[in-house]
Amino acid sequence: MSGGSILPLLLALGLAPLLLGVINRTKAAVAGRVGPPLLQPYHDLRKLMAKGAVYSRTTSWVFRAGPVIGLAAVVVAAALVPLGAPALVAFPGDLLLFVYLLALARFSTVIAALDTGSSFEGMGASREVTFSTLAEPALLLALAAIARKTGSLSLSTMLPHVTVGVWAQAAPPLALVALALLVVFLAENGRIPVDDPATHLELTMIHEVMVLDHGGPDLACILYGSALKLWLFGALLIGLALPVHSGHRWLDAGAPALGMLLLAVLTGLVESSMARLRLLSVPRLLVGAGVLSVLALLLVLR
Amino acid sequence: MLLLLLALGFLVGGGVAALLTQASPRWSTLLGVGGAVAGCGLGLIPAAGILLGQPVRSLRVAWDVPYGAFFVQIDALSAFFLLPIFGLSALAAIYGAEYMRAYRDGKSAGVSWFFFDLLVASMAMVVVARNAVLFLVAWEVMALASFFLVTFQDEEESVRSAGWTYLVATHLGSACLLALFILLGRGTGSLDFDRFTASSGVGLLFILAMVGFGSKAGFMPFHVWLPEAHPAAPSHVSAVMSGVMIKTGIYGLVRTLTFLGPLPAWAGWLLIGVGVTSGVLGVLFALAQHDLKRLLAYSSVENMGIIALGLGLGLIGLRVGSTSLAVLGFAGGLLHVFNHALFKGLLFLGAGSVLHATGTRDLEELGGLLKRMPWTGLTFLTGAMAISGLPPLNGFVSEFLLYLGAFGAVASLASGAAVPALVVIAGLALIGGLALACFTKAFGVVFLGAPRGRHTARAHAAGPLMRISMQTLAAGCLLIGMFAPMVVRALAPLLEQVTRLPPDRVRLELTHATGPLGWVTVCALGLIALATVLTALRRGALSRRSVDLATTWDCGYGQPGPRMQYTASSFAQPLTDLFRPLLGTRPTASLPQGLFPRAASFSTDTPDLYRERLYRPIFGGIARTLSAFRWLQHGRVQLYVLYIGLTLLVLLVWKLGEP
Repeated sequence: MSGGSILPLLLALGLAPLLLGVINRTKAAVAGRVGPPLLQPYHDLRKLMAKGAVYSRTTSWVFRAGPVIGLAAVVVAAALVPLGAPALVAFPGDLLLFVYLLALARFSTVIAALDTGSSFEGMGASREVTFSTLAEPALLLALAAIARKTGSLSLSTMLPHVTVGVWAQAAPPLALVALALLVVFLAENGRIPVDDPATHLELTMIHEVMVLDHGGPDLACILYGSALKLWLFGALLIGLALPVHSGHRWLDAGAPALGMLLLAVLTGLVESSMARLRLLSVPRLLVGAGVLSVLALLLVLR
Repeated sequence: MLLLLLALGFLVGGGVAALLTQASPRWSTLLGVGGAVAGCGLGLIPAAGILLGQPVRSLRVAWDVPYGAFFVQIDALSAFFLLPIFGLSALAAIYGAEYMRAYRDGKSAGVSWFFFDLLVASMAMVVVARNAVLFLVAWEVMALASFFLVTFQDEEESVRSAGWTYLVATHLGSACLLALFILLGRGTGSLDFDRFTASSGVGLLFILAMVGFGSKAGFMPFHVWLPEAHPAAPSHVSAVMSGVMIKTGIYGLVRTLTFLGPLPAWAGWLLIGVGVTSGVLGVLFALAQHDLKRLLAYSSVENMGIIALGLGLGLIGLRVGSTSLAVLGFAGGLLHVFNHALFKGLLFLGAGSVLHATGTRDLEELGGLLKRMPWTGLTFLTGAMAISGLPPLNGFVSEFLLYLGAFGAVASLASGAAVPALVVIAGLALIGGLALACFTKAFGVVFLGAPRGRHTARAHAAGPLMRISMQTLAAGCLLIGMFAPMVVRALAPLLEQVTRLPPDRVRLELTHATGPLGWVTVCALGLIALATVLTALRRGALSRRSVDLATTWDCGYGQPGPRMQYTASSFAQPLTDLFRPLLGTRPTASLPQGLFPRAASFSTDTPDLYRERLYRPIFGGIARTLSAFRWLQHGRVQLYVLYIGLTLLVLLVWKLGEP
């Protein structure tokens, strides 16, 4: 239960915005455009950090604290997720702290959105809490299935326990878990088919509309936080789906990093080839993910 | 023990003194509150002492009642419940001293404080009584004192109706308890708790306890009185009722478990089933409410469900012989009892401050109060985060213990324990998500945005006495969250008593929880440090740049008004629509018509499903059947005397007929 390597945290903090760059570049390539540079998200963050701020007169300190608490919670959550090496902090039950730190980030974003008194942001906040309510059981049940298969309660020990051998022995439940995690990954990060990160000011949005009134360094915190969150859910998925545990340090660290880039390309392809679901259909998708997790559990409980 | 009796004396004495001096509101408030605070302060000393390891104290005095004895005892279980009873009641009394000033005209403060002090004393008596007769007397005094507190504003029809619902519900529960105690005492012919034996029919006894104590605890479907009675009472009384009084139901259930010995496997399943139902439906109904205090009352049903989940896990752990699951389940459930007392007490006091300041509990009329009531807002936010189970506050700690037990069972136990553990995980996850939705709504709609109605215009900050009670409770939420390992370690004597496992074993299993909780504390400190650094950086960066104020971005529409904000109902609408089959939310709309439509309105109403579909038909049927006998009741005294005479004659003849 002691500390591990700082490498996964540094990778997450450093490379998370790159993931967005890769997704956008993939989408552009599929659409036949050149697309923004790979490092554009970094430029955006730097630009926002250098700006001043405009606050609504309706808002209070809650609006200013929201982005800061949200980012801090996601960064601490990043210290719990392994990628190629054990996470900085690992203990039995760290997966629960991970889930609840993300809930804390969501709570702060939602109340900051409600602080503006705008119906747009209220709408986004309402949808956010609705969909995450359904995504949370799917995520926890998926993690419970992995815990059952590996007999471990810590992300840093359970994910490395899913080896090629375990996959060979229990491929169907693990595939179901991976699929459920993919849906949660897309839903929690506001990607197509649940939400469209490319649109602004459209009534169908969730995450983007909640942060309409934020600007400058606050918006930079929010964008960086959501990039990190994308990376973290991706790291869970890659840790499960890409079981490279050769014992060779650089291979073990390099393969998942490459896997993350592949996941970003895959996300870009999904976004290019699918339309966003109607809002009323999103709950079905999320409940479907929960059902996949339950099925996986039934298989591993036998 | 002497201190406890002295504490009870102060409480009863303070109450009687308040009643005697009711001509002067100032004196009766001073004496009533003084008695409550002094009594609670004295009572906390022995309770804390026992929890810190002092030996169990008991006192038995002969009592001239058949089967009765004045037999009281403080053991770890009693002390654990005494702590929130005295702690929260003292703070609620301090708060009430200021809160009740608004009712000074036309209402007697003395009567209200008399019943308040009596309620606190009877709750304490309930958890220390060791004789069934004494227990039932204290139980009834508790029910009646709270009934009179609920009907404080008896000029309102809704309050009277809530009071009657409560009175009926609590007595139906008491009837089951009477049967339970008689069955338990039948073996030895004594109603002292230490001589109880569960000779036969453990299952029946468990069901009786679940109904009798569950109706006080607010387990579904016995919760119907709770969302009626708790909002009707003055807010500091709501805090005590929701925070600690319903916990006496949990206490009774846990105490009964110690009499019953090993239970069949379905007992754990029943508790988990009740827990998931109460938890999910409780929070769903809370989400659908427009009345702030009613929302909080339904959320109490939810939290009782979480406690039931913990007790159920613990029973299943004992059943399958997994000490880890047993210890973590009971630890999580019982710690949640304490935690819920803190944050629900806090939230009710916050709701009371809002009601006090604005005169309304209707969420659709509120908004933007954070600027007018900064402390109430901050403490309410702390309570809302704690009840949503967010780190680093106390709600997370108890839910973490439950999750840890359940995940451990899923990871390593056979399916007999793993399947119920999975149900608990799925239930807790859903409850957690819904609670977050419910309390972002409660805090966001009341305190954030722009005011929605005219009520908020004259809102004023809470006074010093009200503020300090809320601040203390909020600090408690944070402290338990940050010092979680120590708090959990201190539960060891309690868990030894409840699980009847060897002390070493309990301590060993608890280290499996305190280790991770230590890391949670480290992460929480990291979180706070990081947030502080980020805030400083942001402030530093913005200090040299332009920071402007403007209106909220309105998408080009020039005149956004407060009425255009998202309302409480619209915020909850996606979820209430999704769960419509479980909620039965009824929309009422008058749609705009014609070319130049004028008024249009839309509102939703979510009545309690059990009340509408289950109890109303049953009680309606009973009333119809019994109305056939109404001709017996005509109000003529002579004929009533005749009834008595006839009855005596019949009995006499019957007695003579016997050989």
